[in-house]
Amino acid sequence: MSTVANAAAATLPLEQSQLDALTTLGRALPTDALLWSSGYLAGMAAARSDVAESPPLPEGEQAPRLTILFGSQTGNGQRLAEDLAVQAAQQSVNARIVNLADYRPADIRRETAVALIVSTHGDGEPPDDAESLYEYLMGERAPRLDALMFSVLGLGDSSYAKFCQTGIDFDARLAELGGTRLQDRVDCDTDYEQAAAEWAGATLQAAAEYATAVDAMPTLHALSTARYDAARPFTAELVANQKITGRASSKDVRHIEFDIAGSGLTYEPGDALGVTAANPPALVDEFCTVLALDPSAAVGDTTVADALRESVEITVASRAFVERYTELTGAAELAQLLLDDQRTALAAYLSGRQIIDIVRDYPAQPDAAEFIACLRPLKPRLYSIASSPLASDSEVAVTIAAVRYEAHGHAHWGAASTYLADRREPGDTVSIYVEPNPRFRLPDDPTTPIIMIGPGTGVAPFRAFLEHRDASGASGDNWLFFGDRESREDFLYQIDWARYRKQGLLTRMDVAFSRDQAEKVYVQHRLREHAGDVYDWLQRGAHIYVCGDAQHMAGDVHDALLDIVAAGLGADQAAADAYLKALKRDGRYLRDVY
Amino acid sequence: MSDTVTKSLSDVERIKTASRNLRGTLAESLLDPLTGAIAADDTQLSKFHGIYQQDDRDIRAERRKQRLEPAYSFMIRARIPGGRMTPAQWLAFDAIGQRYANNSVRITTRQAVQFHGVIKRELKTTMQGINASLLDTLAACGDVNRNVMAPASPASSPVFAEVQAAAQSMSDHLCPRTGAYHEVWLDKQKVIDTADEIEPIYGKTYLPRKFKAAFVIPPDNDVDVYSQDLGFVAIVTAGQLIGFNVMVGGGMGMSHGEVATYPRLASTIGFCPPHAVNAVAEAVVTTQRDFGDRTNRKHALLKYTIDTHGLEWFRDEVNRRLSQPLEPAREVGFTHTGDRYGWQSASDGLWQHTFFVENGRVADSESRPLLSALRAIARLNLGYFVLTPNQNVIIAGLSDADRTKVAYLIETFAIGVNSVTPLRGQSLACVGFPTCGLAMAESERYMPDLVSELDALLAKHGIADVPIVARMTGCPNGCARPYLAEIGLVGKAPGRYNLLLGASFNGDRLNRLYQENIDEASIVATLDVLLGEFAATRRDDEAFGDFLHRSGHVSATGTADDFHVAAVATR
Ligand code: SRM
Ligand SMILES: Cc1cc2nc3c(=O)[nH]c(=O)nc-3n(C[C@H](O)[C@H](O)[C@H](O)COP(=O)(O)OP(=O)(O)OC[C@H]3O[C@@H](n4cnc5c(N)ncnc54)[C@H](O)[C@@H]3O)c2cc1C
Ligand SMILES: Cc1cc2nc3c(=O)[nH]c(=O)nc-3n(C[C@H](O)[C@H](O)[C@H](O)COP(=O)(O)O)c2cc1C
Ligand code: SF4
Repeated sequence: MSTVANAAAATLPLEQSQLDALTTLGRALPTDALLWSSGYLAGMAAARSDVAESPPLPEGEQAPRLTILFGSQTGNGQRLAEDLAVQAAQQSVNARIVNLADYRPADIRRETAVALIVSTHGDGEPPDDAESLYEYLMGERAPRLDALMFSVLGLGDSSYAKFCQTGIDFDARLAELGGTRLQDRVDCDTDYEQAAAEWAGATLQAAAEYATAVDAMPTLHALSTARYDAARPFTAELVANQKITGRASSKDVRHIEFDIAGSGLTYEPGDALGVTAANPPALVDEFCTVLALDPSAAVGDTTVADALRESVEITVASRAFVERYTELTGAAELAQLLLDDQRTALAAYLSGRQIIDIVRDYPAQPDAAEFIACLRPLKPRLYSIASSPLASDSEVAVTIAAVRYEAHGHAHWGAASTYLADRREPGDTVSIYVEPNPRFRLPDDPTTPIIMIGPGTGVAPFRAFLEHRDASGASGDNWLFFGDRESREDFLYQIDWARYRKQGLLTRMDVAFSRDQAEKVYVQHRLREHAGDVYDWLQRGAHIYVCGDAQHMAGDVHDALLDIVAAGLGADQAAADAYLKALKRDGRYLRDVY
Repeated sequence: MSDTVTKSLSDVERIKTASRNLRGTLAESLLDPLTGAIAADDTQLSKFHGIYQQDDRDIRAERRKQRLEPAYSFMIRARIPGGRMTPAQWLAFDAIGQRYANNSVRITTRQAVQFHGVIKRELKTTMQGINASLLDTLAACGDVNRNVMAPASPASSPVFAEVQAAAQSMSDHLCPRTGAYHEVWLDKQKVIDTADEIEPIYGKTYLPRKFKAAFVIPPDNDVDVYSQDLGFVAIVTAGQLIGFNVMVGGGMGMSHGEVATYPRLASTIGFCPPHAVNAVAEAVVTTQRDFGDRTNRKHALLKYTIDTHGLEWFRDEVNRRLSQPLEPAREVGFTHTGDRYGWQSASDGLWQHTFFVENGRVADSESRPLLSALRAIARLNLGYFVLTPNQNVIIAGLSDADRTKVAYLIETFAIGVNSVTPLRGQSLACVGFPTCGLAMAESERYMPDLVSELDALLAKHGIADVPIVARMTGCPNGCARPYLAEIGLVGKAPGRYNLLLGASFNGDRLNRLYQENIDEASIVATLDVLLGEFAATRRDDEAFGDFLHRSGHVSATGTADDFHVAAVATR
């Protein structure tokens, strides 16, 4: 063992075995990787010592030492939690109070001390609001909470068989995950006042003592300079994969979150997240069957199946593929389609077809390596980031529409969207990186009004924008246009918008649901309906953002804007065109369409 | 006792006061495309218009995770005094049910109709459809006089029509006068300035709480008159209606474990001649308006006003408001609650047929296409419909020839009552999940299965033909009047009920808590023993509830004092 390690062992808070492992790893790594790791580890440490998550703290305020969480159905628990918060303030214990309805379960990992007040409902079940945290903690993949101090107050009614069951469950589980009790759990019956008051007193006192102890500890600083890109992605843990369309929706859209705590990965609203996916295994099998390939045969330093799954594009068909495949197989009909005067015919043929369809239409028995050589390297897919680092620097969220469709008699899947939606669940890892998009940014001036037009998943970056403006206290007006199929099923992030509207952050929101009524209504119709106001906003200096479908929406919206501006100017289309061009030049008309 | 602290008014009082006679921001709420809900304050006001905001509780948790608001929809309750409808009105309701409301029509325990699942953007059209049928929903809910009940069976008495007419007249008399209803739902222009609009009986803040009235003709007690805030009991001498006994202060609702809340049987305070009915009703209503507790909605009902001030005081206060004081009450007696099924003829020789509607839900099922059948019958345009307080429907006023036509359709659709056991025929269940926001346990969706279990017990003990009144509610509010059932089941949590036993068969004695918070297995096991003993030791025509008292299984009558105490130790 090296002398450095020996000397360090005397003072470092590491077990001998951990130190050995670190030394071994250090020797094995090249210098640049070693340097990179130092930043990575420091970042991890920084993330752990970071307490405040959602909602973010107003500037200048100290990070709270105690988080009072409550899950209440009929209001008893809420009242007690509010009393506790008042009491904490009186005793100068730095505390914040959060309704579990508004609490992101993953934030529990970053709490230092938690006072949890929760009632029991149903037949021993958590109140509705507490359900998310309950499921998160009870799940197999619940995090370790070794640094957590906690105290639980259970509310219940002893005439029920499962008296205060939820409180009991939380208390036991938090301890099991490594947490330490600030104060023993108290179970309250319907006459809870006295017992609750005693628990509150004891909890506050313990919290105050603990806070003093923590203050004496040194904090670590992040020195991360880590950079990730498509070639060197960050392996992130997926922490949420939640369908956000209703059960009767015709679409499957997911809200997906990755844990990036400590990664050093940084981003701004408007950026996209690059995701390196693996192709659907069923599709890989299908190729092997149709082309009579042996999945386990070697190609290069991998197998046929692995190569098809992880190295090459096997979904999106292109002219280039048709060319190479024709060369490989000599398929005469395909060769015909490649003629210069057959471009429209080729496009028609490719519409709705993926590579597998072509292969099915023109099967062959090619050499595996030669077939794989026809295919492009698998490229990452981009997804607009739907969260703001100001709201949470430990997670990044995206909004994914799972691509699954029937065409030409077969079921089809999009590679990356179904990889995330169907084949990754919380606890799994995914390779990601940030693809900066400096041309799609919030205005520098926080007072500048913005108009956001984002139907479907196009709304994702606007969720990030609003979170950002909320967290940074930007006072500019915000107007969102959203559209989708049915309001009841497809109103993506509906409760987030409702909250922002109530709060006053979202100044206006207009929606177009194409299937809510007989006639089809889209965002461009809503824009036209409010033409006068849209023009006024532009005249006031508003920035206008468009995100989402490039095929139809972006063009329709542009046409609507032309008419709106022409009407506003009282001039012709040419003048309107010049006006919009000027907006673009000034960075006030920004599009991120795909 | 003088209370020096002025308690603050309940929040609903604030909303009512600020509402400009029930307008609030309803019109704006309906136009808000960002939510399927209406503004929070408006959800209180919409009730006065007969509309409750609800959401599908089966998927509430799922939608929260989906970051979608709850699946909001609206329940609309039409006001149908005495439950009487023309066939054309039934057809209009049937069409609304099919088009906007989950393909069903729900007959309530107050002879009214509820539509469930109406979405916000179709609310106004639905309301206009109801209005076009010449029925309305105003005051079907809210802090006003609710749908007035009256005997449902024309065959029950020669004074049936007269008593139904009295109910209709009283209903009209106590109907709110606000123009808000017409403005919001029917797009009527404001006729007068809101500031000048006057509610002569209610005033600006209406009543402290809901108020319910019923008429009844003994010995039938189909309306459960003892459960009503105000009851008019017809006194018939030599086939002539000579007046009504006046009963006040009945009510079912209570909260689990809160001893300050309890069901209460109505008390008789006197007698009045037929022409004085509206004046008496107004005197009772205004007394409650002036003295009901507006600080605490759980204590605001008439029954608590009476128990706070005393029955004597209450009678005096009512008399003070009348030109003629109430006369002493006459003797009356009731024999039964519930409906008589099948064909009967009335004194005028006209026929009626009472259909069994399980828990009031008129819908088509594989085995019983009731909605379609009633549609076919209504299309004959014969006689009239009466919805019963027991969630059933009667087609009445049929000549011999009419009867033949209706009978043919009953046969064709196979919706007769032959296969309905006495227990099922007497059973009631409230709506409960998934629409009722207050439900703690299943009710309407579960009761049919439980009745099958209990029928099996009755058959086992050889008493399948004994009628027993069994009622279930999903929470202690008591919408199916479970505290007047021989077997009452009141939901406490999913799959768990309080079992209450021992009410009388004629609805004049409350039951009492027997076991708390038990599941189906315990319910069945407990009743197995008791029914077995009943079968073995039953006297003549003894009712199950009476047996339980005679045998000492249920000791005292449930009163305010012992109502919450289980007659038997739990678990
Ligand atoms: C439909 C109906 C039950 C049924 O299965 O038929 C019903 C259904 C509801 N009742 Fe009721 N009540 C119904 C008759 C009753 C009765 C029986 C009666 O009137 O004879 C009672 C007991 C009598 C009484 O009032 O004491 C009754 C006592 C309540 C209460 C408790 C009031 C109290 O005592 O505190 C509530 C809750 C409340 O008002 O706060 C309630 C509230 C409700 C609501 C509106 C729930 C709510 O407030 O959100 C239920 C709607 C459920 C749904 O999804 O449809 N309902 N409710 C009945 C409609 C009658 C009508 O046409 O007007
Ligand atoms: C800057 C940027 C931001 C983006 N942001 C988002 C975002 O926020 N959310 C999001 O969901 N996506 C977003 N995308 C799109 C995303 O990158 C992917 O293109 C998408 O998820 C499909 O990828 P996939 O791997 O699942 O499908 P692929 O494997 O790429 O396959 C898609 C193939 O299926 C075809 N296809 C798809 N649907 C149909 C259909 N209904 N009928 C016939 N053929 C069809 C396509 O033409 C294509 O050939 C963004 C793209 C860009 C460039
Ligand atoms: C439908 C329902 C079910 C309940 N189930 C239970 C239970 O299983 N166990 C228990 O201890 N308490 C149970 N309770 C009692 C509540 O936990 C108790 O009333 C508590 O004070 C409510 O607190 P909250 O208002 O903060 O939700 C139940 C209450 C209701 C209304
Ligand atoms: S009794 Fe309770 S659960 Fe049943 S309908 Fe009434 S309020 Fe709802």
